[in-house]
Amino acid sequence: MKYTIGEPIRDTKAPEGPIEDRWDKRRFSAKLVNPANKRKLTVIVVGTGLAGGSAAATLGELGYQVKSFCYQDSPRRAHSIAAQGGINAAKNYRGDGDSIYRLFYDTVKGGDFRARESNVYRLAQVSVNIIDQAVAQGVPFAREYGGLLDTRSFGGAQVSRTFYARGQTGQQLLLGAYQALERQIAAGTVEMHTRHEMLDVVVSGGRARGVIVRDLVSGEIETHLADAVVLATGGYGNVFFLSTNAKGCNTTAIWRAHRRGAYFGNPCYTQIHPTCIPVSGDYQSKLTLMSESLRNDGRVWVPLRKGDDRAPGDIPEDERDYYLERIYPAFGNLVPRDIASRAAKNVCDEGRGVGPGGLGVYLDFADAIARLGREAVEKKYGNLFEMYERITGEDPYTRPMRIYPAVHYTMGGLWVDYDLQSTVPGLFVIGEANFSDHGANRLGASALMQGLADGYFVLPTTVGDYLAGGPFGEVDQADVDEAIGQVNGKIGRLLSVNGTRTADSYHRELGKLMWDYCGMERTEESLRKALERIPELREEFWNNVKVPGDGEGLNQALERAGRVADFFDLAELMCLDALHRTESCGGHFRAESQTEDGEALRDDENFAYVAAWEYGPEGPVLHKERLEYEYVKMSQRSYK
Amino acid sequence: MNLTLKVWRQNGPADSGRMVTYQVTDVSPDMSFLEMLDVLNERLILEGDDPVAFDHDCREGICGMCGMVINGVAHGEQKATTTCQLHMRHFEDGATVTIEPWRAAPFPVVKDLVVDRGAFDRIIQAGGFISVPAGSAPDAHSVPVKKDDADAAFDAATCIGCGACVAACPNGSASLFTAAKITHLGLLPQGGPERDSRVVSMVEQMDAEGFGGCTNTGECTAVCPKGISLDVIAQMNRDYLKAAK
Ligand SMILES: Cc1cc2nc3c(=O)[nH]c(=O)nc-3n(C[C@H](O)[C@H](O)[C@H](O)COP(=O)(O)OP(=O)(O)OC[C@H]3O[C@@H](n4cnc5c(N)ncnc54)[C@H](O)[C@@H]3O)c2cc1C
Ligand code: SF4
Ligand code: FES
Repeated sequence: MKYTIGEPIRDTKAPEGPIEDRWDKRRFSAKLVNPANKRKLTVIVVGTGLAGGSAAATLGELGYQVKSFCYQDSPRRAHSIAAQGGINAAKNYRGDGDSIYRLFYDTVKGGDFRARESNVYRLAQVSVNIIDQAVAQGVPFAREYGGLLDTRSFGGAQVSRTFYARGQTGQQLLLGAYQALERQIAAGTVEMHTRHEMLDVVVSGGRARGVIVRDLVSGEIETHLADAVVLATGGYGNVFFLSTNAKGCNTTAIWRAHRRGAYFGNPCYTQIHPTCIPVSGDYQSKLTLMSESLRNDGRVWVPLRKGDDRAPGDIPEDERDYYLERIYPAFGNLVPRDIASRAAKNVCDEGRGVGPGGLGVYLDFADAIARLGREAVEKKYGNLFEMYERITGEDPYTRPMRIYPAVHYTMGGLWVDYDLQSTVPGLFVIGEANFSDHGANRLGASALMQGLADGYFVLPTTVGDYLAGGPFGEVDQADVDEAIGQVNGKIGRLLSVNGTRTADSYHRELGKLMWDYCGMERTEESLRKALERIPELREEFWNNVKVPGDGEGLNQALERAGRVADFFDLAELMCLDALHRTESCGGHFRAESQTEDGEALRDDENFAYVAAWEYGPEGPVLHKERLEYEYVKMSQRSYK
Repeated sequence: MNLTLKVWRQNGPADSGRMVTYQVTDVSPDMSFLEMLDVLNERLILEGDDPVAFDHDCREGICGMCGMVINGVAHGEQKATTTCQLHMRHFEDGATVTIEPWRAAPFPVVKDLVVDRGAFDRIIQAGGFISVPAGSAPDAHSVPVKKDDADAAFDAATCIGCGACVAACPNGSASLFTAAKITHLGLLPQGGPERDSRVVSMVEQMDAEGFGGCTNTGECTAVCPKGISLDVIAQMNRDYLKAAK
């Protein structure tokens, strides 16, 4: 795949001046919409997760006419619901030295110096308001006996700043946003469209003016027009087929927007989570995350000897390799996600993996049980142990858990400026769907923070500023017709192939290819192979896929086929991005670029930029946005 | 293992629907129930048949999207388990398994095993929230909450809105679902100001949707994947009596 280099991106619209004043400055400079006019302005919000749900509710509260969409049967089911561990906030309720600056610092460093300082600082500032908002809404965070909020330290942070609601933090935060949204639906400010899938953006007069959606129950293609469009459609981890994402998570919404002119930022930045339940067979449909908190007490090991297939209990201490403790004596089992994941892959590649196919490592609680007693371990991790046993049929109290890394989060997404606006005016992108705040690696408990920061606090201000610049005139019907034509054309084509393989079987093959060639470790050779193989497989897909039924009425196989088609195109761009970035950074590990100890080796001189890809009929065009670090000094991460 | 499936097929709300029998072979005990249905659907597609429509998304027991009546029990016989978390190791080789949608008048069938649970959203719209616009909240520590209350509120708040309680109830009552939300918000000081109005409007909405009354049969809590306890219904009734006075 060929690409060309376009104009660099020079202005991200972040205000100048001391970093702690920038967001205040932006808020003050943002134009306001007259309250009486708000009622006449329509904003479309696609997605009802933490980002979209909170945004739609807040815009409704402000008095805009909001149209909200999700593909599930209720907004409460967005995949944010599955987040377990917690949400970061710089409240410093513990007095343990946390501050907005420290959260900012940790996030920039954790992102391996590939995120924008201005955005991250704002995120840390707003984090404080999120907790206030959630508590006021009735989110039942964990509390201590004195009635105050409990926190824990998470993902290797040295301060205790993660707020949580047992292992269901995402669920409770999402229900808070969902309830706020339902309140606005009742108030008539938000019109909710469930079981609707967005299939294209309407761009007219150079601005985003609406969306084309399919009513998944009736099959009808509908047009919805608006003054601004917000995409909050989540991550694209399912390009790998197997991931911890929900089955319906897709790239369709952002990919279609990309084709309409929105640049795609850092598509290759993927996060692989180290503690997931391994694959058990080729029918596997998804992977389940086991909370990272397990690494606080569990010890990770594999047999010292290759092909040792004794039961774990029969392997004596001196024939076990506690490899994280051995390689990283300072952090041990608590090294960051990318490092733990790669280390697991390495020992499995050496033939020392355990369980089916040798793709697993042990996470052992025997020591913790001996030290703390079974009861204490049960109290801390009971629900996780139960979940593990339900899925694997094995009892983790008596036999070490088997874990393996799995795709979990995508740091890449549509490029947005400081206002969260994409390169298409009037098209805003929030939550996991944008690329903004996590650089090349996201720290635990900061995606929930980002989604809610975007939705409750940032977007409502910046959308207002955009809308105050209106009105934007009539939408040209020809632009609507063209978009509808595209959508119908694609559906018609998928239904007419009538080949011999299902969309899922292609998706599995694409996913395997991405995992093998563009997964935890990438090389020039593997990426070139992928770039050769993806177009061939896509070609085969379009000539041999079998989609049953028709476009009328509920047709889940058709929905899946449409998503797989877009995954093919995205996969190609991901591999291209990974190939062009010859450095390693965060979750992007190029085997050619590593330190002597096998850690990710950045190349700041050549790659301290955001890769923003423009869609072009002649192949992608790369626009570079240079990253400057005025506050946090660039340094090599070290966890030894 | 091999199984005989009897699956409810219904092509839209107007169709009268029927049970259709399928044989599935080579089922692995480590498969989830939905993965077993995936395998069936892949085969049906290739044979030119219409695959079985069913709702699902997270497949880890938290989104509340999945739900089928399996051998007569909502979410199957495994306790405290959603359909997506049910694994085939709990079935015997050669068994016959019947699979039906939730059946309740307020949950019309959309297709096959997919039903419309929009009534639940409307019950929440009636008052299942605390009115606090973004940006207006005081500091989170300004109101301490007793740990016991916070924990009890959390227990009620874990409801995933799946609807199994309704499907299991001989009266088709939505009391467990509605009461769980009323209890969650009512136990917290933040939910206090709207406690009375909330319970009255939510109960009224529940009745308006056509859900039946609660006669304390306890079938709901027996199938609830999150183990929501009947205590919440008692709490709702107390709150209602007090508020409606
Ligand atoms: C298992 C798991 C555990 C996690 N744990 C944590 C944690 O502990 N802490 C943390 O900070 N982060 C965690 N994360 C990450 C975090 O949960 C997500 O990044 C975040 O919730 C994403 O929120 P969102 O609002 O951007 O998208 P989502 O919640 O995924 O919502 C996407 C929305 O878009 C809609 N949608 C998508 N495509 C379309 C379309 N084409 N048309 C119409 N609607 C569409 C969907 O219906 C849905 O409403 C976890 C993630 C996973 C998978
Ligand atoms: S109360 Fe239980 S069964 Fe009913 S909707 Fe909630 S989780 Fe499902
Ligand atoms: S699919 Fe989400 S709970 Fe079963």
